[in-house]
Amino acid sequence: MSTATDTPAQHGLAAHSHGAGTEPDGRTKGALDRFASFDVEAHPVPRGREEDWRFTPMNRLRGLHDDAPLDGSDYTVQVDADPRVTAASIGADDTRKGTSTYVPVDRPSARAWASAEKIFAVDIPRDEVIEQPVVIRLTGTSAERGAAAHLVVTAGRHSKSVVVIEYDGSSSFVENVEVVAEDGAELTVVAVQDWADDAVHLAHHHVHVGRDATVKHAVITFGGDLVRTGTTLNYAGPGGSATLLGLYYVDAGQHIENRLVVDHNTPNATSDVEYKGALQGKKAHAVWIGDVLIRKEALGINTYELNRNLVLTDGARADSVPNLEIETGEIEGAGHASATGRFDDEQLFYLQARGIPADIARKLVVRGFFASLINRIGVPEITERLMTTVERELAVVEAMTADDGA
Amino acid sequence: MSTLEIRDLHVSVEADNGPVQILHGVNLTVSSGETHAIMGPNGSGKSTLAYALSGHPKYTVTSGTVTLDGEDLLDMSVDERARVGLFLAMQYPVEVPGVSVSNFLRTAKTAIDGEAPKLRTWVKDVKQAMADLRIDPEFAERDLNTGFSGGEKKRHEILQLELLQPKFAVLDETDSGLDIDALRIVSDGVNRFSANGDKGVLLITHYTRILRYIKPDHVHVFVGGKIAEEGGAELAEKLEEKGYVDYVGASA
Repeated sequence: MSTATDTPAQHGLAAHSHGAGTEPDGRTKGALDRFASFDVEAHPVPRGREEDWRFTPMNRLRGLHDDAPLDGSDYTVQVDADPRVTAASIGADDTRKGTSTYVPVDRPSARAWASAEKIFAVDIPRDEVIEQPVVIRLTGTSAERGAAAHLVVTAGRHSKSVVVIEYDGSSSFVENVEVVAEDGAELTVVAVQDWADDAVHLAHHHVHVGRDATVKHAVITFGGDLVRTGTTLNYAGPGGSATLLGLYYVDAGQHIENRLVVDHNTPNATSDVEYKGALQGKKAHAVWIGDVLIRKEALGINTYELNRNLVLTDGARADSVPNLEIETGEIEGAGHASATGRFDDEQLFYLQARGIPADIARKLVVRGFFASLINRIGVPEITERLMTTVERELAVVEAMTADDGA
Repeated sequence: MSTLEIRDLHVSVEADNGPVQILHGVNLTVSSGETHAIMGPNGSGKSTLAYALSGHPKYTVTSGTVTLDGEDLLDMSVDERARVGLFLAMQYPVEVPGVSVSNFLRTAKTAIDGEAPKLRTWVKDVKQAMADLRIDPEFAERDLNTGFSGGEKKRHEILQLELLQPKFAVLDETDSGLDIDALRIVSDGVNRFSANGDKGVLLITHYTRILRYIKPDHVHVFVGGKIAEEGGAELAEKLEEKGYVDYVGASA
């Protein structure tokens, strides 16, 4: 009952480390370091056998990982922000590019880094408390030509703010998002990917947490044919606090993949990861890979990561792989958990046997599953809309069940 | 005054190699104010009867009728059956992660009554019912049946019985796996439920010990998918002494 379905992966501490060893170009850094390079050609074209790509349906990437042009500009950007916030396009040679310390970890990311002609920069001034969320809405108008983008969000020292990035429409979109929280800043960044069915989105977010800064980062994925989001995070100094949240709702045929690496490279920092997803329909596929690295210098840190999947119908598949790599035992805590549960006929029967109609029973379960996570995101302006979108997705499964019964 | 009427009920269950006939013509009438005990050895089809009455999708009624006050129960969905007044306390209550007990109870009550319960009296009623069943108030915020012990699950079934107030309760081996204290607490709950004489109870059990606390008006011995013998409370005493040997031998 309510345990694993297809392939729930659970494994223990550092059972296998993906990070160790020498990279093909012969460079070795610390045992925990991954390969990264600004040079596109230093990243071989992935073929789908590589550890980082083994779950991704390569034939649906439209060549974005290979050599497909990334010079499209079929999208519009709208910004709604407090006048104290600067949000504007700047040149690709601007010094803000790269301030997050990010170096592209895969080929699409390196290609977007090189191809984006402009950078969109959001700057929260130092010491300012901005109540109203900054909302950036990106609407794709065609998926025909690949587009590259680069966003840098910088929260000044001791500022407090919320930045929401919304994606919709059709696109073949490859982007890098750099999030920089300077010392003592309190920043929430929420990406809501509510794409049309034909969108492909390859995103890489890198979060750089300043000394004593508090960052909440959330990736919410509803639409799209294939959405693959990498999130990496490291710290600029001790005392940083990071919360990484994710919500995804995968429909028939959709592939939604999240890959996280939290790099504990400073002492006394914390990280808390919680990703939750619901899946419904044939060939709905969710992938969640969560790596946490605890380096020798990361004394006294505390980390926890959790991934939970709720499978609503047959034919959906969730892969979930949490992983810890530890170089020091002098820490406060480190843990992870992964569970894939099914909303099955027995649960439905139980709720119905108490008079609850099937559609309300399903709503009850899915709302309950996501409610705490949506509350944790803590942006009231989008909370209600997220719940509404979840229920819109639920209507799809109800229609499917009604068809089955007919 | 309500009547649950089961006539010549034949039921098959879906198994790996096709349907298997389990019930072979069950006849039983339960009226409000009556408590019927159904006793029988393992595999006699007692639980099949309970699930078939509730409409579990794995069980198929191949012939016969079940009516509640003349209405055809078999024509109704699982939730409709519950809304007309049938309740099944399950032998193995299902864990539903993500749904809190309090949210579940309120949703069920709203579905059964057709309107949301008045908040103030509802909260009071739930608290009282939980206290009566020695359920820790913190359970209200826990996920439904998730991580509950066997005894906690059974007490929650009876909690729902008391709050939802159906016309007929089918208790499917509610006593199995309970220690003596829990058995007494659960039995008290069932007795409170039926105390006003306007409820019907169908008590399915393998053992006689629960009948020390819940007095049946009628006892039916269930063997090989139908009722083999019927009588009053004295029949239970005979089973207590001799077990099911006579019946199992006869059916073999």
